[in-house]
Amino acid sequence: MSDIARNTPTGGLQRRLETNSILLLLAILLLVSIGGIIEITPLFYLHNTIEKVEGVRPYSPLELSGYNIYVREGCYTCHSQMIRPLRDEVERYGHYSLAAESMYDHPFQWGSKRNGPDLARVGGRYSNDWHRDHLRDPRSVVPTSIMPGYPFLAQTPLDAAHIVEQMKTLRIVGVPYTDAQIDNAAADLSAQSAPDDPGAEAMRRRYPNAVVYDQAGKNGITEEDALIAYLQHLGVSVNFKLYDDKAAVNVR
Amino acid sequence: MSTREAHSEAVRIDPHTKTTTTGHEWDGIEELDTPLPRWWVVTFYATILWSIGYFLAYPALPTLEGGTQGLIGWHSRASVARDMEQLNEIRGPVLERLANAPLEEIEARPQLLSAVRALGAAAFANNCAGCHGAGAQGAKGYPNLNDDDWLWGGKLSDIRRTIEHGVRWDADKDTRSETMPAFGRDGLLDAKQISLVADQLRAMAKLPGGMATAQGAKLFDDNCSVCHGVDGKGNRDMGAPNLTDALWLFGSDKETIASRIANGGGGVMPAWKDRLDEPTIKALAIYVHTLGGGE
Ligand code: HEC
Ligand code: HEC
Ligand code: HEC
Repeated sequence: MSDIARNTPTGGLQRRLETNSILLLLAILLLVSIGGIIEITPLFYLHNTIEKVEGVRPYSPLELSGYNIYVREGCYTCHSQMIRPLRDEVERYGHYSLAAESMYDHPFQWGSKRNGPDLARVGGRYSNDWHRDHLRDPRSVVPTSIMPGYPFLAQTPLDAAHIVEQMKTLRIVGVPYTDAQIDNAAADLSAQSAPDDPGAEAMRRRYPNAVVYDQAGKNGITEEDALIAYLQHLGVSVNFKLYDDKAAVNVR
Repeated sequence: MSTREAHSEAVRIDPHTKTTTTGHEWDGIEELDTPLPRWWVVTFYATILWSIGYFLAYPALPTLEGGTQGLIGWHSRASVARDMEQLNEIRGPVLERLANAPLEEIEARPQLLSAVRALGAAAFANNCAGCHGAGAQGAKGYPNLNDDDWLWGGKLSDIRRTIEHGVRWDADKDTRSETMPAFGRDGLLDAKQISLVADQLRAMAKLPGGMATAQGAKLFDDNCSVCHGVDGKGNRDMGAPNLTDALWLFGSDKETIASRIANGGGGVMPAWKDRLDEPTIKALAIYVHTLGGGE
């Protein structure tokens, strides 16, 4: 007979806990939170959990709208955004993901399931036209694809009525949106979807390397445009030619 | 009845199971103190012991400054760096010869060529198949790379340049950027003229239903020959396809051709120079060149 089983004290603390449900609840909370505290607290004060890298910026309003659609449509149920430090993944997708690359995602889209490929570095891999074809009918470009089509995104005008509020909210949780970025959100949103827009330059200054869309022959920004803007920004922020892997290893 | 009373402390032997009770009793229901199976208990303690070793061996506990490093010095990033180094070592001899030899020379050496083509095929599946198809057979708007019909040129150096700098990829200043005007959308030709020139072009390509007219010929000469050539055989400096062969990027029916003329533009391919390393790009160029249509 094991010790645990035999020596169960029947009086004292155990009896108090077992017979007082509020006390039991508090004790459970206390016990469970120990694990949480040990795992989570250090993330707030340790500097090496998010390494400093150049180039990561908050999403532009159009990209942020696309991020919302990515979450709404549940793209994360089939796609991860987390290249793990494993040889095969680095070979296929490029440099493994750094924490800093997703530090402005709330919530992050790391995902855990890969029915489709990882998307952490999909930005710049395909043309906007390809994404359009692919989102409307994946099998038109990849005949064996099992990804569902999202043709309705191209027909749904983007509703960005709350984008300013979202940016302000994100600022509260630590995304460094500047006043200028928030004040110009509406202008930047339309500037990113029209290369001739007089505000395109200013938008690009506020959001370096944002991809501007040629909307020739179309009126109005659709959800598809926003989603593609988001996809084209994935994983392109950090210039890995300048990033020193060895240093990152030694820092820890 | 107060709780205290209900919680009787009588530990006794249960007559039916011959097991002791724990002494816990609620409304006459008692709890048996059945021992856990021995294998379970042993495993339980073993996992605790194992975890201590694990904690010591690997990076585990956070500290005020960082975290414990672990006695065996393992680090996920160092580990992948080592794996990549090993991979490069295995590929080393091929990579070295690939880096040093001019592209043309590699193709002359069968053994090296087959190793390089294997590298190229893997990189093609990872990076190019989404657009050009798994067998490089192409799709609507995405050229077939197996044939000898080239938009931008089928020599090794042409192919390499296309891969490095892409096509109409604005972010790369050396990209191949020539683009067909949108004759209809920009009002350069009206609908009737587009129809005439489309008929003319289909006659030049000997397609059934094509119709050559003096007007159509003039329109073609004035508007299209600068890029597609007077005979419509194309011009690789402009990325302008041969319009008289059987191979079409989009389709040869009149409607498709008229829409190409009305909307112009051209396919976009990303630049791979900053994404793939030089040996990979060379391997890709050789792979594409040896698919069948290389010049
Ligand atoms: C049922 C699972 C599933 C869902 C949901 C899904 N995908 Fe996919 N996706 C796939 C598969 C499988 C592929 C690989 C085949 C292909 O390219 O179509 C893929 C490929 C892709 C690619 C090309 C990646 C590459 O590197 O080649 C992109 C981009 C993409 N998906 C975006 C999205 C977006 C955006 C959404 C949400 C609107 C989404 N996917 C939802 C399964 C899915
Ligand atoms: C986003 C889709 C896309 C991807 C990914 C892509 N290509 Fe292309 N590629 C194109 C398009 C579109 C063209 C035709 C451009 C045009 O219309 O002039 C093209 C043209 C080419 C050409 C020139 C063909 C000719 O006839 O001159 C070569 C060679 C080529 N691609 C190789 C590659 C290789 C190798 C890769 C992978 C590293 C790749 N492509 C990835 C879309 C793509
Ligand atoms: C500035 C150069 C230029 C001029 C002028 C031009 N084209 Fe083009 N044309 C191109 C290019 C480049 C492409 C390839 C587009 C692509 O890669 O998608 C093309 C493609 C085409 C195609 C599609 C071929 C296919 O394989 O599907 C047709 C049809 C065509 N042109 C007809 C014409 C006609 C008719 C005119 C005159 C009215 C004309 N073009 C004038 C550059 C030009």
